[in-house]
Amino acid sequence: MSESNESIELSAHVREQIDAWVAKYPPEQKRSAVLSALREVQHENDGYLTVALMDAVAGYLELPKIAVYEVATFYSMLETQPVARNSVSVCTNISCMLRGADDIVEHIEKKHGLKLGESSADGRIYLKKEEECLAACCGAPMMMVNHKYYENLTPEKVDEVLDALE
Amino acid sequence: MSEDSVTIEVNGTPMQARKGQMLIEVTDANDIYVPRFCYHKKLTVAANCRMCLVEVEKAPKPLPACATPVADGMKVFTRSQLALDAQKSVMEFLLINHPLDCPICDQGGECELQDLAMGYGRDVSRYSEGKRVVKDKNIGPLVQTEMTRCIHCTRCVRFGDEIAGLRELGATGRGEHMEIGTYVEKTMTSELSGNVIDICPVGALTNKPFRYSARTWEMVQRPTIAPHDSVGSNMDLHVKGHTVKRVVPAENEAVNEVWLADRDRYSCEGLQSPDRLQAPMIKQHGEWHEVDWEVALEQVHDRLQAVIDRDGADELAGLAAPWATLEELYLFQKWLRGLGSANIDHRLRQHDFRDDDVAPAFPWLGESLVDLEHVDAALLVGAYPRKEQPLINHRLRKAALGGAAIMAVNPAAYAQNFEFAETCVVAPSQMAQTLAAVAAALVEQGAVAGDALRGLINNVSVDDQHRRLAEALRRADNATVLLGVQAQAHPEFATLRALAGEIATLTGARLGYLGESANSSGAWLAGVLPQRGPLMGTTPGPGLDARAMFEQPRRAYCLFNLEPERDCWNGREVIRALTQADCVVAFSAYDSASLREYADVILPLALYAETAGSYVNVEGRLQSFNGAVAPPGQARPGWKILRVLGNRFDLADFDYDSAEQVRAELADAITSLRPGNHHWQLPGSLPQAAAGSLERVTRMPTNSLDPLVRHAPALQQTVDVADGHAHMHPDTAARLGLAAGAHVRLQNDGGSVELPLALDDSLAPGCVLIHATHPDAIELGGWFGNLEAGGR
Repeated sequence: MSESNESIELSAHVREQIDAWVAKYPPEQKRSAVLSALREVQHENDGYLTVALMDAVAGYLELPKIAVYEVATFYSMLETQPVARNSVSVCTNISCMLRGADDIVEHIEKKHGLKLGESSADGRIYLKKEEECLAACCGAPMMMVNHKYYENLTPEKVDEVLDALE
Repeated sequence: MSEDSVTIEVNGTPMQARKGQMLIEVTDANDIYVPRFCYHKKLTVAANCRMCLVEVEKAPKPLPACATPVADGMKVFTRSQLALDAQKSVMEFLLINHPLDCPICDQGGECELQDLAMGYGRDVSRYSEGKRVVKDKNIGPLVQTEMTRCIHCTRCVRFGDEIAGLRELGATGRGEHMEIGTYVEKTMTSELSGNVIDICPVGALTNKPFRYSARTWEMVQRPTIAPHDSVGSNMDLHVKGHTVKRVVPAENEAVNEVWLADRDRYSCEGLQSPDRLQAPMIKQHGEWHEVDWEVALEQVHDRLQAVIDRDGADELAGLAAPWATLEELYLFQKWLRGLGSANIDHRLRQHDFRDDDVAPAFPWLGESLVDLEHVDAALLVGAYPRKEQPLINHRLRKAALGGAAIMAVNPAAYAQNFEFAETCVVAPSQMAQTLAAVAAALVEQGAVAGDALRGLINNVSVDDQHRRLAEALRRADNATVLLGVQAQAHPEFATLRALAGEIATLTGARLGYLGESANSSGAWLAGVLPQRGPLMGTTPGPGLDARAMFEQPRRAYCLFNLEPERDCWNGREVIRALTQADCVVAFSAYDSASLREYADVILPLALYAETAGSYVNVEGRLQSFNGAVAPPGQARPGWKILRVLGNRFDLADFDYDSAEQVRAELADAITSLRPGNHHWQLPGSLPQAAAGSLERVTRMPTNSLDPLVRHAPALQQTVDVADGHAHMHPDTAARLGLAAGAHVRLQNDGGSVELPLALDDSLAPGCVLIHATHPDAIELGGWFGNLEAGGR
């Protein structure tokens, strides 16, 4: 990957969102809004970030570009490569594991022809790599689809949810 | 015992410390070694390597010495079982992922990790899993990466943030996948980038041109002084056999602290350039012949004497470079004055000499380098210290981070690595007007100006920016006005000098000069001037200055250590004058086609690492050094050549046995001489610009400064060299009907060139910036002035 020459502008909506976040922090702490800014930008860009978009965020928040790359590559909810439209995370931490999370993962992998960390060929489903505890142990096994929790999963229930995705 | 002092006990020895100091600072000050990787005294504390864990009484677990503030009565044990166990455990973790490739690692032998692994590591690793591998990054021609060796101390990241002021490196990814790099492929553009090599405790960041060429134990370390900018950084040459393999900074808190500019670090490659002259040469009937020294010097004598006998000594002119040593410069003028000529100068890039007779004894900073850190306000006039004197810029940056208002009047809003309080971006022709407006704003605000100044400024229009600038200077307790390289090359330099001086007087600020080269100050003291002898001595004359000696062509020229077409203000005119001369004697380190064109005798010259000598830096500090390696072939140190020439012309007092003897005639006076810079002459009127024209702006790129750096290959691959583009503000290009990607034809009465257009909105409108030393820049003649433009 090399330095992007194209510079792009953030959309009016994203700028408005970032401004709202910036307003929550002291004026000299604009960088505090970087995480929220990246989330907004990713949301508008089909769920992933590009170098040009990260550069635009850096420009908007007056940060060194590398400072934005650091944040974007650190957090697992931020994607720096193109992924499918819907993000699916199956918790595989201990409670879910004891209640059959591994079978759920295997079921999704088989049914949609992908592995953990991959996107389905139809561009619908992105199965996130190794999701740790999402604090819903009482409903184990569970998964999160586009920020929404689904608990007490069975293969049938998973199919119902995933098949309904656009 | 003062209130901010505490007493602590380390390994049973009581010691005094300042309240709030970190433990490691106290142990360092008392020569108690605590191992560390991430701690560096010039950087903020990260405390992420954990190598410096020590035992502190009553603390439940070992504490990192770099991040533990001292407290009164604290008892510390750096070598207790608890401390050693902790340090050894940390070492074991650090080595888990570190490759065992010391035999093929450039850092081997000078590696902090290797050294500490000897003291704290286990003989055999308990870790049998695979080690991680990190892909290498290409971060440019100067710094080699081998990121698998990185231990994530983040010194390089903090250096970028805190010292270079340009955060280019960062830690991306997380946990096992964390990597140090630029994320996107990107060349480091900092002029201080090489320092990451020194601070990297392992072999992850190493010197790229030096790579695989020597081991540290094969080299001898020789102290010297940096030969380029006017800071005079202290440094060490690492010599293997007869070759300078690399250069590293030597610590001198008062000069370069612990840093070194890239130009000073990497220019040593130029010493080994294939263009180095190996033997004296003479031109006979248009053919060049290598001859021995005896013949060459006889030829110099006969040819120059012939001109003197026929046309008089006034037909002889001498130009020496301000990067020559003090001893060379002194003997150069002594020799020429001995021959009866006062046409002597070193100010290659000056054009306005009107106020020569009132100029200061030698233009200098007017304060110490350390003083710059403590200014409250500074006004830079025609100056870009970030690229011209990077370590002066570093001091100004520290002042700015501490709240000082650093301001500039420049032909462009140059990319800086800290925030400027104000930048007046004006075309060269408007610089004097702008300074006059600042002076007028000061008068508005109540400053009392003399009659001459009032007469000059009563009609200038003052805007709010001028007022803000004036106010910041006026309110500062500790302010300075600094004339930079572009001001000194400005066609109205005398006016800028006078106005800057008046502003300094009105605000109680110090007036200073940012010299361009290693001996810009020394050359004045050595008397390489048409109007003054050494140490401000009087001299018959005045002779012709660096401009007049070419505008009024002479019959004979002596050139010392320069490439005149690239190094002079108007290379085109200089070449014309040299070509028509009967005799040109060139003392030169490098061969070139153009040199062979105009020269008649070429004397191969030793460069800075090959001769004993001295530089006087911008604060008037005399720093001497010895030669570390022999010059190539038959090349000889300049002072020796000049001494023999003095003898050959039967001049009195030319019997020197060493550079020290030459220096002795100046050194005492130089160390005590700190004259004021407050010398100028106000002109009767301000210069008026021709309206609607396109003004030329010239800037000397960092890595094109002098012949040595121009022959250093790695530096020539950086962005800081002449790019041969016509840089213009987009509005200016639009006015001329030029679109991005177009070529623009530029001409004046002496030349015409076609250059690719580069849009740059930092430039003042109505200007075109062309980098000096590019052949097309030379073709266009003088560094400033009006040009006509058209599309292709």
